[in-house]
Amino acid sequence: MSKSFTRFTGSMAPLPIQNVDTDQIIPASYLKVTDRSGLASGLFSRWRYRDGDPEGEPIADFVLNRPEHGDARILLAGDNFGCGSSREHAPWALVGYGFRAVISTSFADIFRSNALKNGLLVVPVTEDVSASLFDAVAADPATEVTIDLKARTLGLPGGGETNFEVDPFARRCLLDGTDQLGYLLNQAPSIQAFEAAHPARLDTRSA
Amino acid sequence: MSRPRTLFEKIWRRHLVAAEAEGLPATLYVDLHLVHEVTSPQAFTELAERGLPVRRPDLTLATMDHSTPTDPSIDDARLRVLDPEGSAQLDRLQANCERHGIPLYAMGDERRGIVHVIGPELGATQPGMTVVCGDSHTSTHGAVGALAFGIGTSEVGHVLATQCLLQHRPKTYEVRVDGRLQEGVVAKDIILAVIARLGIGGGTGHVFEYTGEAIRALDMEGRMTVCNMSIEGGARAGLIAPDDVTFAYLEGRPMAPAGDAWEAAVDDWRSLPTDDGAAYDRTTTLDGSALEPMVTYGTNPGMAIPIAGAVPEDDAIEPEKRASFRKALDYMALEPGQQLQGKPIDVVFVGSCTNSRYSDLVAAANVLRGRKVADGLRVLIVPGSDAVKRQAERDGLAQVFVDAGAEWREAGCSMCLAMNGDQLAPGQYAVSTSNRNFEGRQGAGGRTFLASPLTAAASAITGRVTDVREVLS
Repeated sequence: MSKSFTRFTGSMAPLPIQNVDTDQIIPASYLKVTDRSGLASGLFSRWRYRDGDPEGEPIADFVLNRPEHGDARILLAGDNFGCGSSREHAPWALVGYGFRAVISTSFADIFRSNALKNGLLVVPVTEDVSASLFDAVAADPATEVTIDLKARTLGLPGGGETNFEVDPFARRCLLDGTDQLGYLLNQAPSIQAFEAAHPARLDTRSA
Repeated sequence: MSRPRTLFEKIWRRHLVAAEAEGLPATLYVDLHLVHEVTSPQAFTELAERGLPVRRPDLTLATMDHSTPTDPSIDDARLRVLDPEGSAQLDRLQANCERHGIPLYAMGDERRGIVHVIGPELGATQPGMTVVCGDSHTSTHGAVGALAFGIGTSEVGHVLATQCLLQHRPKTYEVRVDGRLQEGVVAKDIILAVIARLGIGGGTGHVFEYTGEAIRALDMEGRMTVCNMSIEGGARAGLIAPDDVTFAYLEGRPMAPAGDAWEAAVDDWRSLPTDDGAAYDRTTTLDGSALEPMVTYGTNPGMAIPIAGAVPEDDAIEPEKRASFRKALDYMALEPGQQLQGKPIDVVFVGSCTNSRYSDLVAAANVLRGRKVADGLRVLIVPGSDAVKRQAERDGLAQVFVDAGAEWREAGCSMCLAMNGDQLAPGQYAVSTSNRNFEGRQGAGGRTFLASPLTAAASAITGRVTDVREVLS
């Protein structure tokens, strides 16, 4: 699974629903896996298939089943995307399906953090930009946007671009492949000094 | 004299291994890392692939809760047949904990229970600590005055390997609830009213601190219910300042400090509450005395109304939110303007990390004592921990439930997220004391009305959404 992101141009799958929670992105029945793979078929499964069963009949009007959005690798979603459960299976499922980015007016905190650790870029935009993108996709499903992480710009259909905010450290990690765990491990001397100065009040092995 | 600080700021500053710098997050030390079977296996794999040890197994505690059966007749052998994937995940947790020397409360262990129930119960979560877990309801532990929040699995790996997290400092949000609650109105109603007010994204980027007379008057378990659902308001954490109620709750618990260490700890904890004059980034105030028992009607916890109220009309919803509102009502098969009171239900679930503690069961039992659950209704009572279960059996609560016709189950997350086989059938309605009414959360096609244990118990008697004050009067 690639954990890098620089620049991506592509079409969008519109999901104009607010407060899409991570239970919808990947239902709990998929959480019994012990690795990160194999979750793509569970992505939005309750909205995507009759009775939520990936072996069953696809629900024709759900965005991921519409042929005009079959190649979309950017999800254009409603406000507060990814709320609810902390399950990192949600970005794993989105990435497993092939999504590279999600555009929304806002993201839940834990989802945002999880997504950026998995090479899935979250692109916050204003309500006006969001509305114009939904309109553009409705008019032409093949409408493309360009996300440039280095410049922090979203290139809009019909020309023009808008800037977006992204956590500078997450951006650096995505651009140059900095490994967050490695970054933390390099702080071992500071962690050791902290522990020496702050003896623990707890030993979980004591009960 | 330093400037006045909030409770959050004090805990944050105490845990900085490295402060935030230009473009770099803070490195925050974690005092307690709670682990369960569902969000940990990939993190342990990451450590194995890099050949890393767990830095502080003595600050790590694991339990089995999410996918464990609550049907007493399902033993280990039967579980392996019924749910081989879930079984394999439990085995994996056991193997990972053995390999790294992490204490694990496995099936059959008397200390086992829902991770957010056993942490406070054992005295493991203490004021001023940082507590994390790969679970969004970690906010529960904020009730003791700990900074506690949910993390993803990548971060679980970070904490296992380094006992630290990379974090940007969140903003603070004071949620003040003044006044005294009316009869029949409890902690769950407070938090549902708060979320209805702020919206489910209202606390994004913030840590809540709950203050005010109505909060101070809650017992510890009520405070846990409030903090538990902070995440449903978008805040990763919710805090309540520690006070004598907190200290009385913690004293003598197995992992709490004892003797001289206890006295020293309490002295320290008394310095934690927010200083006079400290500023929050945002503040909101609710009048607790005006609150009613609350119930949700939609598919997120912010879609809640007083129990005597009605589902909003379309024109009360902002235009850009109407499509999502309609989608929720379609899913729930409800109409705008409809009353929920009197709506027939199929299932009542009393349980989850929100409302499965001893006092929750006492509240439900007080309503159900000497009464019968409605014909054809399924009522599950799922204690939050094995200790809660034993206490309820000792004190006769379990018998009250059984006599009323409810199912008395083993401890676990159960029907809150329906991973373990406890679930609604498509189309069924439940009154549930859990925390999420998302589509399909309690079973594909299932429809959830979130409410307090009192409302759940009252509804169990009538088989309809019921105002507990009518049953008790």
